[in-house]
Amino acid sequence: MLAIDVDRLRKQFKVQKNREGLKGALLDLFKREHAEVAAVKDISFQISQGEICGYIGENGAGKSTTIKMLTGILVPTSGRLLVNGYVPYKERERFVHGIGVVFGQRSQLWWDIGVIESFRLLRKVYRVGEADFKRRLDELVETLQLQELLNRPVRKLSLGQRMRCELVAALLHQPSILFLDEPTIGLDIVVKTEIREFLKRLNREHGTTILLTTHDLQDIEALCSRVIMLDDGRIIYDGGLGELKERWSKGREVQFQFTAPVGLDAANAWTRGMNVRWTRENELTARVWIPREMNVSDVLSRVVGAAEISDIKIFETNTDEIVREIYKTGSPEAKEALRD
Amino acid sequence: MISAYLDFIRIRFLMMLAYRVNYYSGIIIYAINIGAYYFMWRAIYGDAETLGGFTAMQMTTYVAVSWMARAFYFNNLDREISNEIRDGSVAVQMTRPISYLMVKAMQGFGEGLFRLLLFMAPGMVVVKLIFPIELPADPARWLVFFAMLWFSFVINTQLNIMTGLFAFFVENNQGLMNLKRIAIDLLSGVILPMSFFPEWARAILNWLPFQAITYLPSSVFTGRLNGADVGNALLVQIVWFAALLVPIAWMWRAARRRLFVQGG
Repeated sequence: MLAIDVDRLRKQFKVQKNREGLKGALLDLFKREHAEVAAVKDISFQISQGEICGYIGENGAGKSTTIKMLTGILVPTSGRLLVNGYVPYKERERFVHGIGVVFGQRSQLWWDIGVIESFRLLRKVYRVGEADFKRRLDELVETLQLQELLNRPVRKLSLGQRMRCELVAALLHQPSILFLDEPTIGLDIVVKTEIREFLKRLNREHGTTILLTTHDLQDIEALCSRVIMLDDGRIIYDGGLGELKERWSKGREVQFQFTAPVGLDAANAWTRGMNVRWTRENELTARVWIPREMNVSDVLSRVVGAAEISDIKIFETNTDEIVREIYKTGSPEAKEALRD
Repeated sequence: MISAYLDFIRIRFLMMLAYRVNYYSGIIIYAINIGAYYFMWRAIYGDAETLGGFTAMQMTTYVAVSWMARAFYFNNLDREISNEIRDGSVAVQMTRPISYLMVKAMQGFGEGLFRLLLFMAPGMVVVKLIFPIELPADPARWLVFFAMLWFSFVINTQLNIMTGLFAFFVENNQGLMNLKRIAIDLLSGVILPMSFFPEWARAILNWLPFQAITYLPSSVFTGRLNGADVGNALLVQIVWFAALLVPIAWMWRAARRRLFVQGG
């Protein structure tokens, strides 16, 4: 069964155009000019129950807008949208019983009251029975280790503590789909890992479908079997993470540690005629990027013959770089290659 | 569901208790206002028996009860809603199976209830001791007054909600909020009772919702409205309450459809 079914979904915003200068400002006072901006451009995808799916893209690619439509906050301009069997914006109050939402940058807890008070209030809002609530809360509090935090007001929590409380708040009513909008933003590595472990466990034990947006690709690598990549409101990739890496990893990098200082010109001279790219890290260290079709050993033999080397490291391109590359180049062919 | 809304009232009540300094400073501000208006009106009356249909005694009572009523119906929901729209946190609240505007109204009511019990009731006792005012003897009049006070709160809250929701449609509605605040204080009769306005102004104000907030309930309380007029005053409030539901529902729908860009 499908948890999320999206078909040619589109969202356009009317944006005010501000004219320049004093004259423009005066004109704006009386007659505003508006421009239609499409944030999400006819995207389609399906997510099955129990899947963990990463939703990535640059800032402004349309990720948050999509999440807001999927959670019933925004009304789409056109397209079909079915989440958990509901059209989110139409039957909002009934629909949201089945979903949990965490926005990393905004709190859903009440700032001034104790954490436990917030949870109790949410129990009433979602009409969860007292016994169910207690069982669920105990389980969540134990896995996320929140025991000592429960009586503190939210404004006195650290970001990591708050984020763990946010997760509890989003899960108290046992939603079958969890939407996470940048859940690990600003967190330290320990908390990040904890949250990832928790999400994995949630997915394994309760079969919760998870859709998360993130800028931290380690979230994706740790959690997601599938990624959807968005660029300028369109889906440019939808598939497994391994496949993405394979198709896009364009080469490897080799780091050399020399015994004597080496300049970039000298390094370039060694590999003349080869399609490689040198970067210098410091006096004694330099990196060379080698495209996939070329043999690493060819480059190595030239460098080894020319300079004395104390250490060599070979790096496969990691997901971060792949994605950075896709964002940066943004060339139509590159995207075409991905789409087919 | 009801119990969730009751909880919002309770929590706001507790929050008000937590911020005690606000509470104390509020008492001082209201005491100064009532005192200032009392002495001002005494100076205006001089030797005159009645002005604008008010005896001096009625005027003192009117000033005291109007400010006390204001303590109950006044809230900053417009500012709260507008801030939540501008910083985008309204989005979070929309993912809950509960009506956002209803939650806001309940929070406003929690605030009002707090001031009614800890502010207005003791305040009224103190005012009675210091200033010569005349409280109604008829328990029915008290009853009607409290019913009307409830509608004062509802209508004022509706106006606040509408003002706050404007943040969906304009980039900055600070100006509108200031305008509304002054309009309510001036045109609802807190600063100047309706009967002091010129004829033409009164004709216009009769068609605006503001008089239903202060002037009508205070007039009933001071005994200036009697018999059928009391029923009419209550009816005016009920009609305004019903009429204001329409633009609110419309704005809310339009807001969800149109602009929601703020805060990404």
